[in-house]
Amino acid sequence: MTSPFANKRTLTFTLLGALLLAFIAWPILRTLTSNSPAALWETLLDAEVRRSILFTFSSSAIATLIALVLGVPLAYLLARVNFPGKRLVEGLIDLPIVIPHSAAGIALLMVFGRRTLLGKAFGLVGLKFVSAAPGIVIAMLFVSLPFLVDSAREGFEAVDARLERVARSLGASPWGAFWRVSVPLAWRGILSGMIMMWARGLSEFGAVVILAYHPMIAPVLLYERFESFGLTYARPVAAIIILICLVVFTLLRMVNNGGNGHSSTNHARAGSPDPAG
Amino acid sequence: MDYIQLQNLEIKLGEFHLRDINLVINEGEYFVILGPTGAGKTVLLESMAGLLSPRRGRVFLGERDITDLPPEQRKVGFVYQDYALFPHLNVAENIGFGLRTSQRSVRRPSLSRHKKKNEHVNRQVEEMGQLLSIDHLLHRDPTTLSGGEQQRVALARALIVNPHLLLLDEPLSALDPGTREGLQRELARVHRELGTTTLQVTHDFEEAVALADRIAVMQEGRIVQVGTPEDIFRRPATPSVARFVGARNVFAGHIEEEVQDGHKSFRVNGLRFAVVTPLSGPAHASLRPEDIILSAESLRSSARNSFPGVVGEIADRGAFLYVTVRINSLAQVPGTCRYASRSAGDLGGTHPSSHPSSRSPHPHPNPRSACPSGIPQGEGTGLGEEGIESPPCFICMITHRSLEEMALEKGSQVHMSFKASAVHVF
Repeated sequence: MTSPFANKRTLTFTLLGALLLAFIAWPILRTLTSNSPAALWETLLDAEVRRSILFTFSSSAIATLIALVLGVPLAYLLARVNFPGKRLVEGLIDLPIVIPHSAAGIALLMVFGRRTLLGKAFGLVGLKFVSAAPGIVIAMLFVSLPFLVDSAREGFEAVDARLERVARSLGASPWGAFWRVSVPLAWRGILSGMIMMWARGLSEFGAVVILAYHPMIAPVLLYERFESFGLTYARPVAAIIILICLVVFTLLRMVNNGGNGHSSTNHARAGSPDPAG
Repeated sequence: MDYIQLQNLEIKLGEFHLRDINLVINEGEYFVILGPTGAGKTVLLESMAGLLSPRRGRVFLGERDITDLPPEQRKVGFVYQDYALFPHLNVAENIGFGLRTSQRSVRRPSLSRHKKKNEHVNRQVEEMGQLLSIDHLLHRDPTTLSGGEQQRVALARALIVNPHLLLLDEPLSALDPGTREGLQRELARVHRELGTTTLQVTHDFEEAVALADRIAVMQEGRIVQVGTPEDIFRRPATPSVARFVGARNVFAGHIEEEVQDGHKSFRVNGLRFAVVTPLSGPAHASLRPEDIILSAESLRSSARNSFPGVVGEIADRGAFLYVTVRINSLAQVPGTCRYASRSAGDLGGTHPSSHPSSRSPHPHPNPRSACPSGIPQGEGTGLGEEGIESPPCFICMITHRSLEEMALEKGSQVHMSFKASAVHVF
């Protein structure tokens, strides 16, 4: 292991990188440390804050589950099948990343709004999207599904297609090969896609606020506190949200890396000389 | 009957295009498809396993047409070159995979039945592990095994479902030489014990000879010859097969009509040598390097053909050497073919013209000017008259010991002799 300061280029790159890291870490640390513990505690006891946080978590989780059911099969097809227009489909999947999220909210409103065909149809079964929880879920789904589909696709692509063929030759049906070989091997990609999608869903503001200002998700609540009461009142809410996201995100990353760590030790063992061989 | 029959199979996948594949693999046979890398051998195996649909033609298992049967219903085992073990399962789970799949009952099994089935699977896995001497590895993670061990696991996994046909895709080529030899013996032993009809593809001729009951040679998407290893080795059907199986001396020439002592002569570039053949007219002749004897003096032996020559290149192959000999001939052209004084009776009867398959559809480019560079240009011979081609070179195999005894080096004069019956004419 060479020292990061071994030469001038590495030294320069390290300094530039450190600048960027500080740019991320400093504001977050400032937000977390600028509040008195009492203020934080008080905010935590605020029922509205707690409700909005839980509501955000569950909405994003539902969006993630919907994408799991609809997106993982698509990811598998994209990884395994070549068809005309495949590039187009891949582009379409990534489109929500580049569209401004407020524009995405408007676009969803055009289809799921009260007076639209789909809006009316869903209205018949008592499902409404504008100013309602389902609207928040579809807004989160729209803007964050690329993360799950792309990650699951990469997961499936990393599974050698011949493993599925061997499974078929051993008597497994196409479904059997998918469940017993492809999914267990691509699981890490799927899981990490779910984490990223869920986290991205949590932080959505633009699309959600267009479809449903109420019921309030945490980012909207924060925005409202800031607009109505100013920085002093918004600050502890921001700190709480950041803190919770940090904790959850760290936990999920540990789950994810736990899996990766397992595989990398396997590789290390495979690479070492084998006494039995 | 579990014989396999391929009828007029045509497969196209990317660059691979297989055509007119007709084969019958007998029940219990160890059949090897031999061909250079890129001949489309894997594609052929995958279509037999049902993993690829042929464009045309049928695949039969006994009387049953299985062309359109999905792979899981064929009971055809597949072993890939790099094993393709399931990395998320341990060795025992890998081996038992097929049992747990095929025996899955539609109804949810009761707990006790489930347990019973598990015991059954475990026992079979144990037995298969013993058969392939990997029973001590059953709890290991497959990624921690050596190549040879992984290949045994892959083999066990394919064999445990008792397949009608076992397909092996270059099963030994990723292994180091020592392991390869051991596993080759193992393949032969397992085949003897279980009698599973086996189809292996390989590019390694020695491997094919060691294992196969019969061999099919595949080149550029076609089967060019089918026969026993002896057939392919001694009587290649085309010049390219001859070269592929290591007959280093392949000539395009002409068979002269006149028969002398029961022999015809084969003429190539002004050189004539005695051959035993019923053919006449333009033909090819192949001669294996190990069938040529080099000597310092002209030998009096049963070998019909003896020529003086000059040593060209000497290539060391470790256990033996290849010596290129250029016949110094031109002055002797009319009488090149020096018949030995002994009678033809020593030569063994004429070969029955066993031509397992027809001639190559594409005549190959004339290999006559195949003298490697570095050969001294006809020392002392008056080469250069228009219309006279340089005499052919022969590649001979000798041991290090003979090389030393004869003190051969580049430019040495030697005598080269071979039996008329050693030449295969086709």
